[in-house]
Amino acid sequence: MQGKVEGGVKSSSQCGLKSDLSSNNTSFFSSSLSLKSLKLKTKQQALLIRVTILGLVYVLAFISRLFSVLRYESMIHEFDPYFNYRTTLFLTEKGFYEFWNWFDSESWYPLGRIIGGTLYPGLMVTAALIYWAIKFLRFSVHIREVCVLTAPFFASNTTIVAYLFGKELWDSGAGLVAAALIAICPGYISRSVAGSYDNEGVAIFALLLTFYLFVKAVNTGSLAWALASAFGYFYMVSAWGGYVFIINLIPLYVLVLLITGRYSMRLYIAYNCMYVLGMLLAMQIRFVGFQHVQSGEHMAAMGVFFLMQVFYFLDWVKHLLNDPKLFQAFLRITVTFAVGVGAVALGVGTASGYISPWTGRFYSLLDPTYAKDHIPIIASVSEHQPTAWSSFMFDFHILLFLFPAGLYFCFKKLSDATIFIVMYGLTSMYFAGVMVRLILVATPAVCLISAIAVSATIKNLTQLVRAKSKVAHSGAGKGTSSAKASSKASLDQSLPFQRNSAIALLLGAFYLLSRYATHCTWVTSEAYSSPSIVLAARGAHGNRVIFDDYREAYFWLRQNTPPDAKVMSWWDYGYQITAMGNRTVIVDNNTWNNTHIATVGRAMSSYEDEAYEIMRSLDVDYVLVVFGGVTGYSSDDINKFLWMVRIGGGVFPVIKEPDYLVNGEYRVDKGAAPKMLNCLMYKLSYYRFGELTTEYGKPPGYDRARGVEIGNKDVKLEYLEEAFTTSNWIVRIYKVKPPNNRW
Amino acid sequence: MGKSSTTKDAQALFQSLRSAYSATPTNLKIIDLYVMFAVFTALIQVVYMAVVGSFPFNSFLSGVLSCVGTAVLAICLRIQVNKENKEFKDLPPERAFADFVLCNLVLHLVIMNFLG
Repeated sequence: MQGKVEGGVKSSSQCGLKSDLSSNNTSFFSSSLSLKSLKLKTKQQALLIRVTILGLVYVLAFISRLFSVLRYESMIHEFDPYFNYRTTLFLTEKGFYEFWNWFDSESWYPLGRIIGGTLYPGLMVTAALIYWAIKFLRFSVHIREVCVLTAPFFASNTTIVAYLFGKELWDSGAGLVAAALIAICPGYISRSVAGSYDNEGVAIFALLLTFYLFVKAVNTGSLAWALASAFGYFYMVSAWGGYVFIINLIPLYVLVLLITGRYSMRLYIAYNCMYVLGMLLAMQIRFVGFQHVQSGEHMAAMGVFFLMQVFYFLDWVKHLLNDPKLFQAFLRITVTFAVGVGAVALGVGTASGYISPWTGRFYSLLDPTYAKDHIPIIASVSEHQPTAWSSFMFDFHILLFLFPAGLYFCFKKLSDATIFIVMYGLTSMYFAGVMVRLILVATPAVCLISAIAVSATIKNLTQLVRAKSKVAHSGAGKGTSSAKASSKASLDQSLPFQRNSAIALLLGAFYLLSRYATHCTWVTSEAYSSPSIVLAARGAHGNRVIFDDYREAYFWLRQNTPPDAKVMSWWDYGYQITAMGNRTVIVDNNTWNNTHIATVGRAMSSYEDEAYEIMRSLDVDYVLVVFGGVTGYSSDDINKFLWMVRIGGGVFPVIKEPDYLVNGEYRVDKGAAPKMLNCLMYKLSYYRFGELTTEYGKPPGYDRARGVEIGNKDVKLEYLEEAFTTSNWIVRIYKVKPPNNRW
Repeated sequence: MGKSSTTKDAQALFQSLRSAYSATPTNLKIIDLYVMFAVFTALIQVVYMAVVGSFPFNSFLSGVLSCVGTAVLAICLRIQVNKENKEFKDLPPERAFADFVLCNLVLHLVIMNFLG
């Protein structure tokens, strides 16, 4: 008995070590520790190894996210992070109360935006707290460095939570594997590299923490853990709108447990305490406010809450009565009453408009085609597109097929905790299929479930390898349960053969995991570490060419335009212009007012004189367009233009999409639609472009992003004048002329 | 006929319920009373809201949720200290009570912040 337990501990720690080795690709002092040791100290050694591995994984998760800092510089990436950075800066300079009551007049001109009430403050407050803590310790850092490193720091913390969660679900071996897997999983790295200072960076940590604490609360039935999970939920609500996933998944989980007859007092305590306290705490975030009692998305949780009360009450009465017949009568009365009251309350609430219906975003999750038909502004964002198979493979690699194996193990050892992770995995996989960005939510579940598969398989295999002939019987009965070894079950009797195959399979697993580590590093370095504000390309001689046009343009705006100038651009660049250029913008990435965005879309897609009227009415001083024709940068405004037309046309029917297409085809060359060739966006993008030879052997005005010669080389501007074009023409800024003098 | 049998059933039901409940330990009965009180207070507030209107909505919510939270936490405490529940045999009642107090503390601190 003793020997068996000890073997279990050893092998679990060893399999964790193995995965870590594979992820590190470093073979350090490991082998001497585990085998040639005194029996007495096995437990201590296991602990030591576990802590070492966890520490290494912690560091690994941090450093593998630093590619972009090393390659470019310490800077904020992409679009949304610039807003977060700007607000964090404001928070650290002006303090919390000013931040909370901040009305920002620099965005959404002339409407403005109540920033304090329309953002999730979790990320900014976290970064500010870290900053203040560092400052208190007398380290002098710039707030930007803190912001840049917040996401990797929280990714490291996520590995710890993943370890604890895996331990709670399965055993400490699975926890270690989960920590190692999630540390480098590309699906998570894509949103948490250094510089990607976005809500998701801390939100995944909060999400996993909430789930872990909730599962812990269900397992122990302790109020304290439930309270902790309520706090985790509070942090999640303060950090990201994705909290809706939690508030729907947990009730669903409870419901499934109720239906499958796994209801327990522990579940009652965990859910009710977590729901009531979590809801109350969440209401303290102003952006969320009363949604927990008013919006349709949160009603499932409330319904399950009441259902739990009814269920508990019935259970209690049943316990008291001890008489099935009487209980039946009681049940009939109560259930009729409860269902009646619930239906009336829901009906009245919905009919009176007290409970708001589901929002478009929520619909578009349940029905992937909804956004495409109804809300172009959601459909226009590339990360809201349905996921392609290749990106699953890209982001998960071997986890993609370890996931089903892990599900198999979970079903084999069904408990409250494994049911939870199975449900989390399946639902989040569905959502990951609906929207690209939600792969992020699925990643922790996939890592945990795969870790269970890896850990269980390796554990069984190592048991087989270790098993001397005497332990054969007990070992084989349990050992061959792994998915991969199950085919070998028929060979139970021939022991040496079995042992060899186990070694072969172990080597195979080791090979796969090392491939995974290689793949993750490659993906991180190649795909997910580019800041997208500074573009890099390979020159003709293989050297790296850096296009720093965005920052050049924003710096120009900051230095050369009047401080109260209003800049019109497509909403993608709004946050960057306010944060880096320090100028007022008409629309930005917050996209809260569809009409306003549609107005800008309409201006961009109208003829110059019509657009001038619109721009005058919006007080626009400068127009900024992004153009990739010279560099071959494909995500420029001409390629986004059809969305401007669609969004503009959605509100102003004057704009019709077919006007810009030729036989349903979008083109910019000579065969383009006449309206296309003369609309504002085309003119601003291609102004004086006809004089430029971009590529050797091609006619002047050859657009490298689309690979065609442009159709209107002689662009004349009447109401605008060119103010600034960056060195690679990526950003072009035009000044809106004042109205003509009357003669 | 159906009616009379239902009332009879109901009477028998209440009879047996009452007799079964009288066997409950006193400390649990006290908790039950506390829960009843909290639920009753919540109901009064809901009725008041229905009559007068829910204008300071946060105040109404904090009032009702305070009661609901109290009731739910008390039920959780009741579950944990009930000797008949085998699931919580390892949990000493002192620990359960400490958890209960902690949760109530958080609940009411948040309520105070939310009251407006």
